[in-house]
Amino acid sequence: MVALRTKRTNNEADEPSSLVLRFGADKPLKLDAGTLLSPFQIAYKTYGTLNDARSNAILVCHALTGDQHVASTNPVTGKPGWWEVLIGPGKIIDTSRFFVICSNVIGGCLGSTGPASTNPATGKPYGLDLPIITIRDMVRAQLMLVDHFGIEKLFSVLGGSMGGMQVLQWASSYPERVFSALPIATGARHSSQNIAFHEVGRQAVMADPDWHGGKYFEHGKRPEKGLAVARMAAHITYLSEAALHRKFGRNLQDRDALTFGFDADFQIESYLRHQGMTFVDRFDANSYLYMTRAMDYFDLAADHGGRLADAFAGTKTRFCLVSFTSDWLFPTEESRSVVHALNAAGASVSFVEIETDRGHDAFLLDEPELFAAINGFIASAARARGLSA
Amino acid sequence: MRQAKGEIMSVNHAQRVDLEVVADLIPPQSRVLDVGSGDGLLLELLQATKQVDGRGMELSQRGVNECVARGLSVIQGDADKDLKFYPDKGFDFVVLSQTLQATRNPKLVLDELLRIGKHAIVSFPNFGHWRVRLSLFLEGRMPVTKDLPYSWYDTPNIHFCTIRDFVNLCEELGATVEKATALDANGQKIGLSMPWWFWNFFGQQAVFLLRR
Repeated sequence: MVALRTKRTNNEADEPSSLVLRFGADKPLKLDAGTLLSPFQIAYKTYGTLNDARSNAILVCHALTGDQHVASTNPVTGKPGWWEVLIGPGKIIDTSRFFVICSNVIGGCLGSTGPASTNPATGKPYGLDLPIITIRDMVRAQLMLVDHFGIEKLFSVLGGSMGGMQVLQWASSYPERVFSALPIATGARHSSQNIAFHEVGRQAVMADPDWHGGKYFEHGKRPEKGLAVARMAAHITYLSEAALHRKFGRNLQDRDALTFGFDADFQIESYLRHQGMTFVDRFDANSYLYMTRAMDYFDLAADHGGRLADAFAGTKTRFCLVSFTSDWLFPTEESRSVVHALNAAGASVSFVEIETDRGHDAFLLDEPELFAAINGFIASAARARGLSA
Repeated sequence: MRQAKGEIMSVNHAQRVDLEVVADLIPPQSRVLDVGSGDGLLLELLQATKQVDGRGMELSQRGVNECVARGLSVIQGDADKDLKFYPDKGFDFVVLSQTLQATRNPKLVLDELLRIGKHAIVSFPNFGHWRVRLSLFLEGRMPVTKDLPYSWYDTPNIHFCTIRDFVNLCEELGATVEKATALDANGQKIGLSMPWWFWNFFGQQAVFLLRR
């Protein structure tokens, strides 16, 4: 069973069941770590049709454990795409009107070059031999994909959480390539508390004896217990106390009384264990280390002498930021500081805070106010871009 | 928890007879910031008739979310706290319509408007209007009228002023009055040739175009 799963994930890493763009030695990816990644590949999905003017392209950036399967069935889990509530024919992001691109980030594990990919130099998985990947590296790779389509200016770039960080990086690094930007439930830097949570997750993975210093594939193992614990801890941060209480309270799981043991007596325990177990089926542990590190390293202001407004100086991009009242991973203040920086840069910016108790994960859910904001922003940007309805 | 601020929009648009007067002061294609943009009526009017590059700031989150859903570029913000983030002369016009009386520090807010905008347009209800004076004089009670519908204890309007008071504040801040208009109860302009005292008595609302 373990061997079977190991093989499957590995295959998805090298031979993804989506489109894949391969870059040879002539086109290396320049990394912030100071090295070149070459060869490398980007796994991606597209939905809809690119128009003749190549002006209707929307790039969707995925979050920490997301992937390119944004609006179609995920080949690993068999579940619907992670943003199918938002993206598809006739939906808010209407794929009969827009050309939607979503790629697996560099460092991921579903087909873009990452720690689970085969290192051509050794014939074995990269493991920790892969250089540290940053948000800017991910965006640099996405730019090469966008260039491949001959798209000069993306109509919009959108994403939540780590995806929102990529959106901000896009708007800052390539303002002339981004007509509109929708960073949701995110911030211009990872806070100390967020780094702390990530470190707990990484230590859980590394403490699992099956991790083998990152070379678990070579031992025919996977650090499933450690990764599951990491996911359980992280999952709590994606919800809110109010939502947990509303959903689970102190309800007992399939029993009438406490067992006076360490079984999952409470529903919340059982729920978290389930979250942890299903996660390890679809995600590579080393990739989790790389993704969390990329978010930790993100600090857009620091790249501009500590002044965030300078990251957006002279921008013509239209921005819409969204935050959620109960999000304690990226509280509204994080979005607001980006808004203030954009104000200082004279940018066109909308900012919506949505009242909900569903926490950080609200951006992935059916939130009518979120959809109304995205719909209004996209419609007005489309008019300004001269895209017909 | 979230404050009651979300429930009170800075203006009651049923009574916003000043909107067209404000809009008339703004030339096409201007860069405009509407502070206290409410449900976005002025921004929509300006975009439709003047093709302005319009932005809004509104205290009420409900107002903001409605504006953004209608495609307007609006952020949640507080005129008392958030104007400092805008650069000097970043806009051709900064509009503060029916909101000055609801700010905590009107002097500071007006100062910021004059810094951010090449021009500032300020409209406000005139507390020197004869009905207000009559109500206080005869009944001895804080006036509650069609235009000022709140009781003293739950009003968002904490800093009322008269037209004369406002002119004094402009002088203190070194602002030049480029144009001033008083509106009567029906939103009609009161003749230009009238003296200040007349406006201060019969004007229900005032619209000022300022610069510094």
